[in-house]
Amino acid sequence: MSAMKLTLHIWRQRHANDTGTFETHVVDANEHMSFLEMLDVLNQTLIEQKKEPVAFEHDCREGICGACSMVINGRPHGPLGGTTACQLHMRHFQNGDHIWVEPFRAKAFPVIRDLVVDRGSFDRIIQAGGFVSVNTGAAVDGNTIPIEKDLASQSMDAAACIGCGACVAACPNGSAMLFTAAKASHLGLLPQGEVENARRVQAMVHQHDKEGFGRCSNTYACEAECPKEISVSNIARLNRWYLKSSLTSNV
Amino acid sequence: MIVVGTGLAGAAAAASLGELGYNVKCFTFHDSPRRAHSIAAQGGINAAKNYQNDGDSIHRLFYDTVKGGDYRAREANVHRLAECSTDIIDQCVAQGVPFAREYGGLLENRSFGGVQVSRTFYARGQTGQQLLLGAYQALSRQIALGTVQMYNRHEMMDVVLVDGKARGIIARNLLTGELERHSAHCVIMATGGYGNVFYLSTNAMGCNVSAAWRAVKQGALMANPCFTQIHPTCIPVSGDYQSKLTLMSESLRNDGRIWVPKSKEDAAAIRSGKKKAIELKEEERDYFLERRYPAFGNLVPRDVASRAAKVACDEGFGVNATGLAVYLDFEAAIQRYGKQEANNQGNHTPDAATLRKPGEAKVAELYGNLFEMYEKITGDNPYKTPMMIYPAIHYTMGGLWVDYNLETNIPGLFALGECNFSDHGANRLGASALMQGLADGYFVIPYTVGIFLSNEIRTPKFNPDGPEFKATEKAVDDRLKALMNVKGNESVENFHRRLGRIMWDYCGMARNAEGLNKALGLIRELREEFHKNVFVPGSDRDFNPELEKAYRVADFMEMGELMVMDALNRNESCGGHFREEYTADNEAQRNDEEYAYVAAWEWTDTNTPPTLHKEPLKFENVELKTRSYK
Repeated sequence: MSAMKLTLHIWRQRHANDTGTFETHVVDANEHMSFLEMLDVLNQTLIEQKKEPVAFEHDCREGICGACSMVINGRPHGPLGGTTACQLHMRHFQNGDHIWVEPFRAKAFPVIRDLVVDRGSFDRIIQAGGFVSVNTGAAVDGNTIPIEKDLASQSMDAAACIGCGACVAACPNGSAMLFTAAKASHLGLLPQGEVENARRVQAMVHQHDKEGFGRCSNTYACEAECPKEISVSNIARLNRWYLKSSLTSNV
Repeated sequence: MIVVGTGLAGAAAAASLGELGYNVKCFTFHDSPRRAHSIAAQGGINAAKNYQNDGDSIHRLFYDTVKGGDYRAREANVHRLAECSTDIIDQCVAQGVPFAREYGGLLENRSFGGVQVSRTFYARGQTGQQLLLGAYQALSRQIALGTVQMYNRHEMMDVVLVDGKARGIIARNLLTGELERHSAHCVIMATGGYGNVFYLSTNAMGCNVSAAWRAVKQGALMANPCFTQIHPTCIPVSGDYQSKLTLMSESLRNDGRIWVPKSKEDAAAIRSGKKKAIELKEEERDYFLERRYPAFGNLVPRDVASRAAKVACDEGFGVNATGLAVYLDFEAAIQRYGKQEANNQGNHTPDAATLRKPGEAKVAELYGNLFEMYEKITGDNPYKTPMMIYPAIHYTMGGLWVDYNLETNIPGLFALGECNFSDHGANRLGASALMQGLADGYFVIPYTVGIFLSNEIRTPKFNPDGPEFKATEKAVDDRLKALMNVKGNESVENFHRRLGRIMWDYCGMARNAEGLNKALGLIRELREEFHKNVFVPGSDRDFNPELEKAYRVADFMEMGELMVMDALNRNESCGGHFREEYTADNEAQRNDEEYAYVAAWEWTDTNTPPTLHKEPLKFENVELKTRSYK
């Protein structure tokens, strides 16, 4: 197990209206640690010095809850493709490296403290229409409607989104179109969700804009940084559905 | 009404109750309901649909669950669970959960441990995520409609009783540290399990017992706390810095074969790096589960598989540097699937290289995300070399005592999902936690809460400024201030690690009276030290994750003691509770004469011994037998 000495330049910010600054710390780590375990080591040291630890969001540490959210050396979730920060291991860094750690920065993600941001805007996009309107107990047998295997699989590809917000942090426009499109595709591709597709895409896109997320200009940075490798083709699909639902009516 | 927690049980309950027209306030300590740890469940959800025509039925699911739980669950609750199972699948499909499908468009199933039928529905290795998103979306819809008022980043600090009934909670706004008083006609807790008492577990970092433990401190009974589940297939511990353990889904045992070397020399050579797993020939390997349990093979229940792995390692056959790991091998599955695919394409004599590619592709389709996760953590490629796994704490079967209506002994206080004790006995079968969470949330509580509320129809709203609320709030405030004022020298994390070590060493996979008695003393000493020497930075009226950890660990210190007492009291081996003194033919030995009961503990304070209440378990539909998977 090889030991490493790293220099961290880590973002400290008391609250949303504080200007914030980078703070430098040297940390002893080893290659088997996850990135967050390396931050645990830093925080232990800070606590031993009676200082306040660096606040960062984390929970499952298995890459599925979507809580962890930090920009590492300029890239959301760090240098490794298809990987959340919690699943990024230190073997991908070299002894002596300088590492820059920042929060996900976007107008619609105000900083709460240090690396913790408020992603409540994502919840509100889902509340606007990211669901199938079915009450408990009203369902027919699960096998009543056969669903083509490939279609279910495409839906699942989109549904794999963990709602972390890396797409927003990666986007030069601070757009959440990949997040919005992933949910719209997940539901709209399935017969159960297709019924209210037009209403859904209109409501979700409207809420997306209202939250202060930027417009999509097809840089594909979101796809490149998405830890679940959600495809930008979902955005194309959402655009198609959005346009269609804007141009047609029931009358 | 108040719902605490937004995992499968809480989100499903809040959504369903909102749909029924109740005014619901829903609380989670996460930044969003979608982050609850149900999201991390991988393998699947059971349902007695019998879509595979392999003889499944509600009775069979009921029977398997009672047997799997080593006859320590309440029959009636389990039967209801089995009945609800089929509705859950229908509900989830209607919500747009993208379950795996066959080419014909119908739902696909796979097998899970402890069961000889194929009844597990799944969405790749992310079933928990997809089911939770379904419940989260249903909840989001109710939030938008205004029937549910959502409180993110709010933690339940205590339950408030008025005239002996649960009428509200004290919540802490985690962003500001302010305490808030919330009143309601009843309180529904869906606050998860207590596996993190062991520090290292497959639970998320935030999982904790505090909400449930606060209810216990208010008089709720804690049932069977010593029933904890050790999951056999987790990535082994690699170092002291480690913050948590990662599960590799039980579904892997569908196709993975578990083995260790037959000879200790080979095991030693592998441990020191002189030999590699793939260099060992078939006859040099001991597929110990297949050897010991030919009927179920690699699909024995979790407690049985875990203990067998521990025995192999204790005897010196472990295969990683620490000696605490066994192999989980997919080579046979890759060959089998590859052959099928080659046959499918008309090639009936494929060579090894030809079948490898389609074989790996099929394995990737089934378990791809798990293999990726394994490679990210360990740096090894499981398509080329077997995985190394070892058991770890995963789930807690014990929890708040509830009656058939899921109501605790405190009227108006309900407990759903992992935080109650009712369905899994001494060992939970795979793919049953998701089933229970959703059954409780979608199909049980919407009916049973009405039984309580029907007597409250003339009860006016409760004033959150009433004396009971103010007194409870003050007690919470005093508790937080006391923790802040210790101003000692040791971090919360260190104390938690030390507690976890005691629990794992003496109340883990194997327990004995001597060790448990020792643990009691150690826990008490550690707790005393904690309250004298813990250091919590920052302020209690501010965003302060260290303080959150501190009050959770303080509760774990008491819960841990109760677990040890329960383990000491239960002089038998059953399910996940393995007492070394009580075995027969190297297998666990139950004592139905004396211990076929639910141990429900009443706890007052650390100076008073807890009182044991026994609920006898009556088995009217299942014959009590020695569990055999041979």
